[in-house]
Amino acid sequence: MVSDADAVTRQTRGDRVFEWMNYALLTIILLLILYPLLFVASASVSDPQAVNSGNMWLWPKDITFLGYEKIFQNKEILTGYLNTIMYTVLGTSINLVMTILAAFPLSRRDLAGRNAIMAMFVFTMFFSGGLIPSYMLVKNLGMLNTVWALVIPGAVSVWNIIIMRTFFQQSIPSEIHEAAAIDGSSDFHLLLKIILPLSMPILAVMTLFYSVGHWNSFFNALIYLTDRDRFPLQLILREILIQNQMEQMSESADALTDQILYAQTIKYAVIIVANLPVLMLYPFLQKYFTKGIMIGAIKG
Amino acid sequence: MKALPASEISNPNHRRVWKSVLKNWRLYVMLAPVILYFLVFHYWPMYGVQLAFKDFIATNGIFGSPWVGFKHFERFFDSYYFWRLIKNTLSIGLYELAVGFPIPIILALMINEVRHKFYKRLIQTVTYMPHFLSTVVLVGMIMIFLAPETGIVNQVIKLFGGEPIRFMTEPEWFKSIFVMSGVWQHMGWSSIIYLAALSGIDPQLHEAARVDGASRLQRIWHINIPGIMPTIVILLILKAGSILGVGFEKVFLMQNSLNMESSDVISTFVYRSGMLEAQYSFATAVDLFNSVINFILLVTVNFIARRAGGSSLW
Repeated sequence: MVSDADAVTRQTRGDRVFEWMNYALLTIILLLILYPLLFVASASVSDPQAVNSGNMWLWPKDITFLGYEKIFQNKEILTGYLNTIMYTVLGTSINLVMTILAAFPLSRRDLAGRNAIMAMFVFTMFFSGGLIPSYMLVKNLGMLNTVWALVIPGAVSVWNIIIMRTFFQQSIPSEIHEAAAIDGSSDFHLLLKIILPLSMPILAVMTLFYSVGHWNSFFNALIYLTDRDRFPLQLILREILIQNQMEQMSESADALTDQILYAQTIKYAVIIVANLPVLMLYPFLQKYFTKGIMIGAIKG
Repeated sequence: MKALPASEISNPNHRRVWKSVLKNWRLYVMLAPVILYFLVFHYWPMYGVQLAFKDFIATNGIFGSPWVGFKHFERFFDSYYFWRLIKNTLSIGLYELAVGFPIPIILALMINEVRHKFYKRLIQTVTYMPHFLSTVVLVGMIMIFLAPETGIVNQVIKLFGGEPIRFMTEPEWFKSIFVMSGVWQHMGWSSIIYLAALSGIDPQLHEAARVDGASRLQRIWHINIPGIMPTIVILLILKAGSILGVGFEKVFLMQNSLNMESSDVISTFVYRSGMLEAQYSFATAVDLFNSVINFILLVTVNFIARRAGGSSLW
């Protein structure tokens, strides 16, 4: 790499124009992405009247936390939140165990038949039985309306197996296997005591991918659950944000116009609350993103 | 463990395989639950696809129901919906490919030129963020921003003296909203892989080009783009293979009775006819048609890419 000072002195006029345009365009992109997010955050704590009339366009106006108060009075949102936390923790744990169980043996070059097994997994990325046969399977297994319908059918992702297998192959020298074999330690021991502690970055990436997936998923719940007490947050959100169903949100004493106003504020607040865990984890996990994707990008 | 026939034991090659299998038996034990999972939850439904060629009778189950040949496929091909579904699915898929595929590449090339570390990190942090919003929240936000009276977009239109547009209920807007919101949500995230590929380009190439007097644009054109070409081709193959696989979730959430004309795609049709109207066999047939076309597309594009440039999935 050329040092910054060096590069600057060698810039021609065309290069400077390019530099300037690049920064300008990127800043426009930055604002286009940031603005809707900031707007939602500001609107969630602003007076609904100001938001609806267009007086609030960037920073919060006439700050009120009414939307948030309404959310915490709503039983269905709270139940949905707790359900989602439960599904996410359980589902991610199953995902991680299954991914490790698949990736570790497949990363071993001395495993007979590993290519055939891998091919069997990979084929499912490109061809599937489709919605109805899958639904019938879940139904026949008696998993309809249970937690299991949300965590078992997607127990592992082939893509993540590939990423983790590649990581194991590249970051753990095969001499370790031989040394462990000579010491007489079993593969389980090797995996738990040596390999997993060395694989924290990839485990963090996997946890991130899987848990965000569970947190945001709604399709499985839509087709497999009918019992409202088991609904995850996203199904409740769908009713509030998209179907505008909020009968229980405001007390009957409120005037109709008030209800409509509240409905808007609640929508903004609910978006923030639903994404809060991801937003809070984001800064800590961000440094792992590139690593995870880069490992995945390498064909193994 | 099953006893081996004498002929296999005498074959040294087989014996070596068996010895290695026996030595690594613990690894196969680890793999067992995963293999079982794939057999049950992926391969069993593939076997269940025979439903498409049968008339489903609940009491007989999938395997006991009578065969009816291509009846359900014929019904689908003859139906009023067929061309509408094909047209919508294809045009959304192609639109997404044409707009959503190159933008992350351009973004990565642009981010790669930023030399201020802080600004680079800021851009990446912000552009990755929308990727983590759920589809429900994204569609909720689209509806809030595009609402006819209160939405900020229409407020701006009114500010400039324009007529408010009912974005969500006018069919001609559906595809653009679908594709553009997808670009907004995922362009940063999709650019990561290209940034990774760009960071792997040998800096000496740039050094040499600089000495030869190449401008920055010339270096992007002659060094960076060829450098990430293999990555581009692989991702293009994957994308092309899923042109007909327009994601169910977002279309379903954005759909309403008024924009149906341009929003009805194969996957939402399968959901409607299968899950809501319980026409199991018919829906399975439609779904199978979709999967087979996708698979053929993938294999074809892969074949062309391998012939043309060398990079391919397999």
